[in-house]
This record gives sequence, structure tokens and C-alpha cells, in this order.
Amino acid sequence: MDLTRTEVAPRQGRRSRRSAAARLGLVAVPVAFFAVFFAYPVAAIVARGLKVDGRWQFGRIVDVVAQPDIRHVLWFTTWQAFASTALTLLVALPGAYVFARFAFPGKQVLRAVVTVPFVLPTVVVGTAFLALVGRGGLLDELWGVRLDTTVWAILLAHVFFNYAVVVRTVGGLWSQLDPRQEEAARMLGASRLAAWRQVTLPALAPAVAAAALMVFLFTFTSFGVVQILGGPAFSTLEVEIYRQTSEIFDLSTAAVLTIVQFVAVGAVLALHAWTVRRRETALRLVDASATARRPRGAGQWALLAGVLASIAVLLLLPLAVLVQRSLDAPDFGYYRALTSEDGGIFLVPPIEAIGNSLQYAVAATAIAVVIGGLAAAALTRRDAGRFVRGFDALLMLPLGVSAVTVGFGFLIALDEPPLDLRASWILVPLAQALVGVPFVVRTMLPVLRAVDVRLREAAAVLGASPWRVWREVDLPMVRRALLVAAGFAFAVSLGEFGATVFIARPDNPTLPVAVARLLGRAGELNYGQAMALSTILMIVCAVALLVLERLRTDRTGEF
Amino acid sequence: MSITSRRFAAVVVGLGMVGLSACGSSDSGTGGGSKTVTLVSHDSWAVSKNVLAAFEKQSGYKVRVLKDGDAGQAVNKAILTKDNPQGDVFFGVDNTLLSRALDNGLFQSYEAKGSDQVLPEYRVDQDKHRVTPIDTGDICVNYDKAYFSKHELTPPTSFDDLVKPAYKNLLVTENAATSSPGLGFLLGTAAKYGDDNWQDYWKKLKANGVKVVDGWEQAYNEEFSGSAGGKKAKADRPLVVSYASSPPAEVIYADPKPKTAPTGVATGTCFRQTEYAGLLSNAKNTKGGKAFLDFLLTKRFQEDMPLNMFVYPVRKGAQVPEEFVKFGPQAKNPQTMAPDRIADHRDQWVKSWTSLVLK
Repeated sequence: MDLTRTEVAPRQGRRSRRSAAARLGLVAVPVAFFAVFFAYPVAAIVARGLKVDGRWQFGRIVDVVAQPDIRHVLWFTTWQAFASTALTLLVALPGAYVFARFAFPGKQVLRAVVTVPFVLPTVVVGTAFLALVGRGGLLDELWGVRLDTTVWAILLAHVFFNYAVVVRTVGGLWSQLDPRQEEAARMLGASRLAAWRQVTLPALAPAVAAAALMVFLFTFTSFGVVQILGGPAFSTLEVEIYRQTSEIFDLSTAAVLTIVQFVAVGAVLALHAWTVRRRETALRLVDASATARRPRGAGQWALLAGVLASIAVLLLLPLAVLVQRSLDAPDFGYYRALTSEDGGIFLVPPIEAIGNSLQYAVAATAIAVVIGGLAAAALTRRDAGRFVRGFDALLMLPLGVSAVTVGFGFLIALDEPPLDLRASWILVPLAQALVGVPFVVRTMLPVLRAVDVRLREAAAVLGASPWRVWREVDLPMVRRALLVAAGFAFAVSLGEFGATVFIARPDNPTLPVAVARLLGRAGELNYGQAMALSTILMIVCAVALLVLERLRTDRTGEF
Repeated sequence: MSITSRRFAAVVVGLGMVGLSACGSSDSGTGGGSKTVTLVSHDSWAVSKNVLAAFEKQSGYKVRVLKDGDAGQAVNKAILTKDNPQGDVFFGVDNTLLSRALDNGLFQSYEAKGSDQVLPEYRVDQDKHRVTPIDTGDICVNYDKAYFSKHELTPPTSFDDLVKPAYKNLLVTENAATSSPGLGFLLGTAAKYGDDNWQDYWKKLKANGVKVVDGWEQAYNEEFSGSAGGKKAKADRPLVVSYASSPPAEVIYADPKPKTAPTGVATGTCFRQTEYAGLLSNAKNTKGGKAFLDFLLTKRFQEDMPLNMFVYPVRKGAQVPEEFVKFGPQAKNPQTMAPDRIADHRDQWVKSWTSLVLK
């Protein structure tokens, strides 16, 4: 490798200056995006809370953090996030393996279905999840165990929500690792465990860490799950920020808590960068379909059965409860009610929420893929400067900031022309894209970094422009990752509830907003329609993800 | 390879364009000069299409509606943006938040036409006319009729009843810190028992097994045995803190409609909420805003409200639908509280309530 480097060095000099400029160009767009639509609004709302008569009140930070209640919240937030992440990895890593390495009928559909919980509004899923752990639930029927209003319900629900994050992020890379490398190690005398530990695990580590990081961020900032399943006795920082901003209107306490959450998330991101980033290496990636095969031997069949059983109990059962409740009226009564303009919760039939959601999701996905793709491309080079690497971590910060903070920030920051976007439809997909971009970057980066740098250098030596190099070398290899990323961004946007409700909008509700509004009113038909609309949301999401998978398989065999 | 990758790029770009142009069509446009009047409200705002269209036709204004989250969020956001408001009229500040809005200078004075037709008990701010009362509703304990007839038990009717042993472990309520009915119920007990004794009442309620969940949705749809969701979830609490208009909703939103409501209201447990609207300070279209406030007090709008927002009119002589009269009559002597008193005590009460009941 070193030899190759020295050989191309003379040409490399000129070229690297040009590519540095190109990289700066690539970085500029996402930087501007995050500066305008994230950093500025959040800074504005924090400043509103902490600045009195033009003077910063930093003393408030000490006051607030010193309160025993707040310290308790901080402790609970942290430990439940660690526990949830560990539990999710424990349950979902075997799943990632099974999806990556085994071929079995219905695999594609199942992979789409396990992603569904991730996009459902928590208010709905919380309800369904009670059917597993609550009164009269499966555990109650079998063993008389009720977990609702215990921390176990929160932890299990976090597994339920984040299962797909691990399966998709880790499984995506795992399926492209060449199994022959591990086999070669075994031929050379390594035990199965040693071969796995020394060949597969190092290759997989960045993806596992990326998944763990995302699960941690999601559970650290958990909101709906904690409220619904934990009851009022449990509170995370996110819940407390919501309460202070939205109910008590104590912006100064909210600002302090936002900063605390920001610092905590920043610390986790820094830790992640420090431990993992250096281990990312070029990998030999192969076509995913070539690595999966039917399970062999009792052990593999048992593993497959175990994973399928855990999916059935933990993921499918709650979803099935929703579907069953949506059908609990003669002749699909709840579904038929969706098409009528009844008593006026909406000016339009609730069914139109599907169209609204799809439009927003397409726009948000386009934004997220463009911004995230540019950022990932800029971050690919391992010789990227410290500034660029720091930017990598910054991209994840939106996941660590409360939706209510961003929503209120938009309101006071984006209120002057040319950026008076407060009442514009674009604000919704923009807010959704903020959540989608980290997924795009995190999904694409490990794969982009795994592309052997010598391929790019060879293309450059042969006279290809940086754009052409990216198109001919990188794109074909990362197309799969790009589609996975787009699928995630789309799904996140479909299910996004937080920012969407915190932004003022004309009366074209998205699916999650419509569901929440139906659930907010008494009456059997409203409840039934909420279940029916949730079922439709599930189906729309599953179909969207399946279509993306289909797109991918049409093109396999190209690399 | 390059051909397929180009085609792929085209698909991505194309999808993006479809999305952008599709969403573009739902853009209602900003500005619009003096011919557009913008209403800022909470998520529960609703009006019949033909009623709004009649106003637009008669006044010549086009109405743009911005929904800004739940009631508390909408008020807070309006206060945050009061120097450069998002619209002209704000609807949906209730008596629990009124002082916050007035003290922050959210509204400018305007006495809407028809103010003299408002029932006297709902009038406030009579010297400055910064807000106009629009609707009212009661937060009350609802009961599951089937449960009480099956157990041959008389449903409770008052706050005092709720702490009796006969009703042990039957009531579910909402977190007063996060839920509007939860707060209303707490304020009702504070109004009834006074500053000194409401905590004792809650101690008894706690001893009698009251359950607290975070929001109305969980309380009503998950824990309350009288609701559709509760039945499916095998809920075991036949008493819930909800609205006086919930029983009518159970009749109206049922197919086929039952002859009588499956739930009833404990009329001695009610706390009255009134919602106000006002002309925003620094509104761009004050003339249009005034016309819209007048519209909110017209008989037509007042009679349209109940079935849209499940509230009662404040205008004298406005009729309410039959289901409301039969299944959700307004309480005779509901608890109420002056907005100033709520403003002075609210945070402290919620804090003591939290440590008393939740910890």
C-alpha cells in the first residue's frame, strides 16, 4: 500500500489541492444547512432563556443542576439509556446476523416489517405495547406478570423501537462482508470463535458502534415511551425540557436543561469518535445476495428459530394488536369512516393525511439524502482535517436536541425575510430532514470508508475528475447503502411526530398528527379510526421499505 | 455501469422534484395583504366548512388557519412571537393561562360586536376588552354506567364521594403537570377545599387508590372501562377525569348511534374552563382580525362549535345539539377560579401536588 502511495505521489500533489477545494465545496452545503436550520434556531431559543436585559445568566446553570429533582432526572436518563442500548444490542445482534447470513422465505417482507415500529407514533405503539406487558397482556395471561409503570416496560419498548436500527445498520454491512475471509482464517487453523473475533468483529465494529450510538441517542432523548409506559413517576431530560418549555414556560430552566443534554450528547459523540473512528478500515465488500444461504445444522436452525420467535413476540404481537383493534367493527367500519368528513376534527377526510405524509416524506428524504450524501462524501477521506471530522460529530447533534426546542427555536429565529419560513410547508420536511440526515450519514459513512482508497487513486491517475471518480467508483459500491439510508430517512419522516407538532402548520395533518388528534377525543369511532389510520401508516411504511429493497435487488450482480 | 448509475441518479432527483412540486400545491402562501386574515390557534380548532365559507364570502377576507400545538404550546408560542406575530387573531387561551397572556401583552383592545350578548358569568377584562370569551366547557369525572349497574352501586356525584371506601381503586386521573384536564381537576379541588385543605383531600384520594397517568389519551382510552379503547384493553377503572362533553361524543361517534350514552357525568366534580380569543398586538391586518372576532360571536358560529370542538357556546340563546342537552348537560354549580388566582398559585400547587401524589 505504501508503495502505491509513493508511486502516485507526484500527481497527487496538484490533485489533492483541487480535491481539497472540492471537499470544501461539499462540506459548505451541509454546514450552511445545519447552521441555518439547527444551530441558529437552537441558539436563539437558549439565548432567549438565559439572557436577561442583555446579560447572560450563567449562574442559572448551577442553580438548576443543583436541584435534587433535576439531578435525579439526569441520572435516570443516563442509566436507562445505557441499559436500553445494551439490551437492544443483545436482542438485535443475533437478528442482524440472521438477516445478513441466512436465506429464508419472507426475509424481505420481515425486514421491512421489523422497521415498522420505528416509524409508528409512540402514542400508538405505547398503546399496543401495553398489550404485551400490561393488564391482560401476554405476560399477564401466561405468568401473571405486569410490567407497565415499571422500568422494564420502558426498556423493552426501547428494544421494540430500535430493533431495526441495529438490524439495518449492522446487518447491512455484515451481509456485504466476504464470508470467505473468515473461512480462510479457519482453514489456517483458527477456532470458530477466534476467526470471528479476529476477522469479522473488527470489520463489523464500526457499524455496531454506529448502531449503538444511534440507539443510545434515541433512548437518551426518549419521550413518548417514557411518558406512556413508565407513567408520571419516570422522567427523562427530554420530558423535563418539554414540560418546562411547553407547560410551565420557564425558558431559563429549559435552556439550562437543553445545554445539559447537549453537553451529554456531545460527550457521547466524542467518546464514540475517539474509540471507533480510528478502527474503520478498507474492507472487501461483496454482493449481499452471495453471502446469504440456507441455515445448515441444528445450531443454525435453532438460531434462526430463536430470532424469529423473539421478533414474533416482541415486534409482531404489538403490531398485530393494532391491526386487530382496527378491524373490530363490522364491514371495515373504521376504515370506511376515514373517508368521510365527519364531525369536524379535520376539514378534510382523515384519509387525506396519507397523501400529506407521503409528500412531506418524499421532500424530507430528498433533502436528507442530498445533505447527508454530500456530508458523507466530504467525510469519506480519512486524511480529512480535524475540522471535517468534528463536523461528522456535529451532524449527529440534532438527535440529541429536543424537538420542542427546535420547534420553538424555528419560531423566533426564522421570522424575518428572506427566511420567514414560519408558516411555510417546507418547515415540516426541513425539520424531518434534520432527524433524517444523521441516518443517511451514519449508514453511508462506514461503507464509503470501506471503499478501497486505491480504487479512487487508480481512477484519478487514469485522469478521472473527482466527480467522475465518485460516480464510477463510489456510487456503484454505495448504492445499496444509499438506498438503505433513503429508506431510513423516508421512514423517519413518515413517523416523525415531535417536530411536526411543534411547528405551526396549515390544516393538512400528517398521519401521526391525525392519529394523535383522533385519539384525543372521546367516542368509539374516533378510537377505531386512530387504529385504522395507524394500521395504514404501518402498511405504507412497510410497502415503501419493500419497494426500496426491490430497487436494490434489481441491480445486484453489478458489484 | 455508468448508465444505470445515471438512471439511478435521475430517479432520486425525479423523486425529489415530485415531492417538492406536490407539496408546493398545498402551500397556502404567506402575506396576502389585507385580504387575508390569519388565525393562530391550537390543534383542537375546528369549524364547519360552510360556516367559514359564509364568513369569507360575506366579509371578503380569506381565512388562513395556523395550528400551533396543544393549548399550552399555542399560548407560549404566541407570547414568544408577540413582537412579530404569526397572525392577526389568536383563539384558544383558557382561564388557566389567561393571566400569562395578558401580563405579557399578547392582545390589544377590541370590543367585539356581540359582546353584549355574552352571558354575564363569562365576561372578563371588562375595562380593557383585550379578550373576548368564545366557548366554555366543564372538566368532570365521567363514570362507566355498565360497571355501576352491574355492581349495583350508585355512581359518585361529588368530590366528597370520590374519597369514600365504596369507590376505592376506581378513579383514574391525569398528571396535573402535563395534562389540561389533570390541571383542571386539581384546580377544581383547590377551588372547592381552599388553599389550606386541598392537600388533605388529595391525601385521602391517594389513600383511596387514585391512579395517575400522564395524559388524557391514556386515562380515557387505556384505563377507563367505559371507553371503546378501554373495553378492548380490559380496563378496570370505571371513573375517569374527562369532559362533560365526553358522553355526547360517545353517542355521536358511534355507529350505529346508541339510544343513550354509555357514560355519565358526576356533576358535582366539575371545573369550568372558558376559552378566549383576542386581537394580537402588532397584528398586520387589524381590520380583518376585528371582523373575524365579530364572527366568532355570531349565533351561527356559536351554534356550530359544539359538534366541532365539543364545547358549549357563551352567547345568550345559542342552541346546543340535542345530544349535548341529553347526555352532557352543563353543571349547575361548577367550580371556577379567577384567572389571577390561578396565575398566582398554579406553579406552586402543581409542585406540591407532584410531590404529594406522584412521589
